[in-house]
Amino acid sequence: MAEVLVLAEHSGETVKKVTCELLTLARRFGEPAVVWTGPGAEAGAGRLAEFGAAKVYVAAGQEFDDYVVAPKAELLAALVEAGSPAAVLVASTAEGREVAARLAVKTGSGLITDAVGIGDGMVAEQSIFGGAIVVHSRVTAGTPIIAVRPNATTPEPAPGAAEIVPVGTEVSDAAKGARVTGRVVSEGGERPELTEASIVVSGGRGVGNAENFALIERLADALGAAVGASRAATDAGWYPHQFQVGQTGKMVSPQLYLAVGISGAIQHRAGMQTSKTIMVINKDAEAPIFELADFGVVGDLFSVVPQLIDGIQQRSGS
Amino acid sequence: MNIVVCMKQVPDTASERTLKPADSTLDRESADALINELDEYAIEEGLRLAEAHGGEVTILSMGPPRATESIRKALSMGADKAVHLVDDGLAGSDALATSAAIAAVLAAIGFDLVILGSESTDARMGVLAALLAERLGVPQLSFASKVEIDGEAIRIHRLTEYGYDQVEASLPAVLSVVEKINEPRYPSFKGIMAAKKKPVETLSLADAGIDPARVGLAASATEVVSFAKRPPRQAGTIVKDEGDGGSKAAEFLAAQKFI
Repeated sequence: MAEVLVLAEHSGETVKKVTCELLTLARRFGEPAVVWTGPGAEAGAGRLAEFGAAKVYVAAGQEFDDYVVAPKAELLAALVEAGSPAAVLVASTAEGREVAARLAVKTGSGLITDAVGIGDGMVAEQSIFGGAIVVHSRVTAGTPIIAVRPNATTPEPAPGAAEIVPVGTEVSDAAKGARVTGRVVSEGGERPELTEASIVVSGGRGVGNAENFALIERLADALGAAVGASRAATDAGWYPHQFQVGQTGKMVSPQLYLAVGISGAIQHRAGMQTSKTIMVINKDAEAPIFELADFGVVGDLFSVVPQLIDGIQQRSGS
Repeated sequence: MNIVVCMKQVPDTASERTLKPADSTLDRESADALINELDEYAIEEGLRLAEAHGGEVTILSMGPPRATESIRKALSMGADKAVHLVDDGLAGSDALATSAAIAAVLAAIGFDLVILGSESTDARMGVLAALLAERLGVPQLSFASKVEIDGEAIRIHRLTEYGYDQVEASLPAVLSVVEKINEPRYPSFKGIMAAKKKPVETLSLADAGIDPARVGLAASATEVVSFAKRPPRQAGTIVKDEGDGGSKAAEFLAAQKFI
């Protein structure tokens, strides 16, 4: 059985959820083999084994993180060349898509990004134009390279050996064009990552100012959720730019999305329309976001949200 | 400094966008067309860098004849000249075919810095900077929220999931920018008048020396099997807050097992 390569997303020793999702998809099309760059593979292998990884190709060199994107693409290209896998799956994050893109050029392969599912014949499902249209497409040349949206697949455990296979760690000079000289981590605290979170609470224009975002954060923390913001809120400087959900921000598909004080311009809907359950709190009954709501409250967020937080805390006994 | 800004004309995100049933490609006729919003930040950054360091800004656009309107708008913002790659043979190109065509033109016209918007609002792949850097063999500086040029050195803040990375490279390079980077200027009346006289070079595939077999729908490495409108969501429950809206919301979350 041919391998299906899965590029691991990890933070040192912790395997990100999206990698378990990719392994769940990969098992349907071949033998899942993880590609791990940088340190931490020994610690992460246990988790990878739980989700059916047969092998873990490890390029442990620090250099893979010292240069932008190109070293990872180069490593994957060498593995594709050597092993002729049935497909390569990566997370459809900004960087994952870029790795996939460079790999596609290197291997003369087709590229599909932002897939929300992969069906028989490796036909990928995408949701385009802000979720208005569902497209099924496939790769017709080379090795299918598919970037899959985090949170779109339910990870299912299955046993695997996760045998660690060290691979060459040399990064070519050609891949060293853009060097990372520093990393700055902005405050996001203990909250889950926006694109990986199963619950997202977003605030918009109705929140009114930066200080009031503390209320959105309190609601998010009560639910163990990530915080998002509409473009109106990030443009106004009320919340940092990287938390923007929408057409020009992040695409999220959580189990539960709470839109608070967000009117639901197409700009915003494009980033959250595929969420499984949507709750809306807005004082304007005519706001288009209510069209998407599974449950909506027409009311002032400054009285509804505190009461909601109380209700959550009573039930969770805290 | 020779700066080339890649600009794409896209359907207005505010209009209803769809695909053509015949070949599953973007229906460009059905919606208003304008400059991809994120490309306006790329144009602005190009103009600012040229103002600060000297040099010329060229707009490069691949698209149907109609893209001329958007090219004129980019020129009216202050760019010096434009190159328009237009050929029926380009229709239906996927990202890889598109990048092959644009890379060929860039290699022919030369550049110190190529600037792009971080993604287009229609395809939303966000990969063109990576594809061009790979094809041209130059450093990839994508998702920049800040750019500094010092002689041959270029440093950016690259937006990441967790904050940003500081990244350094040497020119020539490919740069993509996010909307946080600047505030695009509006064309002035003088700019609009001046744009009418600025040179726009139109290139066909043959002019650009691009092999027609490498571009267009037939050369694309992906195909659309089918597409359909998403069925509308089922109407939900909407309640008016009568002093108990928060409690009702909590009840809904409990019933759905979220709490």
